[in-house]
Amino acid sequence: MRGTLSDRMGAALLMAPLLLFLVLAYAWPFLGVVKWSFTLPTPGLEQYHALLTDDLVQSVFIRTLRIAAIVTIVSVTAAYAITVVWVRGSPVQRVLAEFCILVPFWISVLTRAFGWVALLSNRGLINTWLQSIGFISEPLTLVRNEFGVIVGMSHFLIPFAVFPLASAMRSLDERVLLAARGLGSSRMRTFWTVFVPMTRSGIIGSAMITFVFSLGFFVTPAILGGGRSVMIAELIYLRIFQSPDWGLGAAISVVLVVFVGALMALLFRYVKPKQLV
Amino acid sequence: MQQPGRAAEIKANGIGKSFGSFRALDNLSLDIGRGEFLTLLGPSGSGKTTFLMILAGFVQPSEGKLFSDGVDITNRPAEQRAAGMVFQGYALFPHMSVEQNIAFPLKVRKKSATEIKQRVGEMVERVGLKGHEKKLPAQLSGGQQQRVALARALVFEPGVLLLDEPFSALDKSLRGQMQAEMKRLHQETGTTFVFVTHDQSEALALSSRVAIFNHGKLLQVGRPDEVYDRPANRFVAEFLGEINMLPVKGVKSADGGATGLCEDRAVNMRCKAEAIKGDAILAIRPEDMSIAAEASVNQNGIAATAVASTYLGAATKLDLTTRQGAKVTVSVPNEVAASALSKGNSVWLTWPAEKGFLLPDGGQ
Repeated sequence: MRGTLSDRMGAALLMAPLLLFLVLAYAWPFLGVVKWSFTLPTPGLEQYHALLTDDLVQSVFIRTLRIAAIVTIVSVTAAYAITVVWVRGSPVQRVLAEFCILVPFWISVLTRAFGWVALLSNRGLINTWLQSIGFISEPLTLVRNEFGVIVGMSHFLIPFAVFPLASAMRSLDERVLLAARGLGSSRMRTFWTVFVPMTRSGIIGSAMITFVFSLGFFVTPAILGGGRSVMIAELIYLRIFQSPDWGLGAAISVVLVVFVGALMALLFRYVKPKQLV
Repeated sequence: MQQPGRAAEIKANGIGKSFGSFRALDNLSLDIGRGEFLTLLGPSGSGKTTFLMILAGFVQPSEGKLFSDGVDITNRPAEQRAAGMVFQGYALFPHMSVEQNIAFPLKVRKKSATEIKQRVGEMVERVGLKGHEKKLPAQLSGGQQQRVALARALVFEPGVLLLDEPFSALDKSLRGQMQAEMKRLHQETGTTFVFVTHDQSEALALSSRVAIFNHGKLLQVGRPDEVYDRPANRFVAEFLGEINMLPVKGVKSADGGATGLCEDRAVNMRCKAEAIKGDAILAIRPEDMSIAAEASVNQNGIAATAVASTYLGAATKLDLTTRQGAKVTVSVPNEVAASALSKGNSVWLTWPAEKGFLLPDGGQ
């Protein structure tokens, strides 16, 4: 889109408050964090050196990547199914799917995490029910471990994973699907060999958004992990607020931001921003 | 590659389709012969595409039955009908190469890898896409995409090939080229072709028969020359090309045809007038009328004044007004038009008796 100079000036003016806010609330403080990572407690690269050698930090990084990867697969798969119903279902199915996608946005992340605790804990609904029908004798450990974290995070992220998929499915040419059927392809085969490959950009976008969000999760893993499944964000919190070790906390933050930035750059090489909404 | 005997014979019996209160197709019965090239022609919303979609199995008719080679296929799903289909805009698989697109229907039918390779190779050659096998549809021109769509629809040797306005996106010269190519493919494969278009010249040029639709009704089916020279009604007459309509009075049957009064002169018609009595419309194509200095008594002719001309290159289109105020258009050699215009006063319009045909007065 090319506009006249005054058009572009107008657009810049409209965006100015947002840009100003981002600079003041994010970019400027982040520069401070970068500074801490190189200066606390003494100037130098010692915190980055610690990052590479500290077993705890490394195990948290690996756990975070693992959880993020599993959550991404679970969320995108579930979101794909919901989106198919939302975009291509009957009118009643569409309304139901839309309801299921939008309602979670109205409930705070904290409430949802405690909701999962109520469902998954040893004396929660699921364990009580399984025991009452005699399926299990001892309660299953469903929470305060990685399983609980994955369930809670996937539940939170599925609605976010839906939008890039919906965008890809809506822009798909219906006639191509008719063509596949007309050429003798069953519905199942058409879905796997035509529909899914044609929504590839949506799958990539959806997976990237979910993965990037997962990396920075704090509340859900803190509550559902019960301290046993610490992820990066919680580690940063502990380093800053509990064991005053600001330099290490800052260095982890910087690595996380750089990593996420690199992922976003990679994402936008394959997917246009407008395909994500 | 394909035996003409494998082409399908299709019978539509009282097919109707309603979308809510909209009647898209009404009581349509039509036999499509083995190996025929049938064109469904009509303006948009006339029901021609709905009928094609019913043939393909994508749309279920509200009433009526559909038979293929005598077997009732009304409720057979699209994927089991084995009709080849070429869509408007081609509907190629964007993530598959030319080769993979053409191989798709064979893979679905679980053909062996060697057979697929051989038949795709043959088809690529036949539609002139050699050297483009590995390209994606987005890397091809409109004409090439069209060829891939045709190859993909024909590679599994379907009993019938359905084409939905396949040339609407092509420019004029490419369109002519693709039309010739499609005619050749029809002859080579011997398959039954059913082709939807709103372009009457395309319909006349390509088909063995033309079926003309309007407002969900099938108005007439016949060879191109039949529907052009002997349209069943005014809509068909006007839709197939420019036509002059002159009122005639006192129509009655006469030896081998009919007679009547047009602009107070006796005119003869070779067509039958059983259904038409009294007042009617005499329809004559512009290319069937000529300009004369005078008309003899037993010749069909009316007096008119030339008012405007349009130079078309090979000929000139001349607009005239008759004495009683009817507007007539004729297509005449360029020099005839020039002299008719320069005279300014009246000339005679004449036509052979067999070229005029009668339509009910004011009827559709």
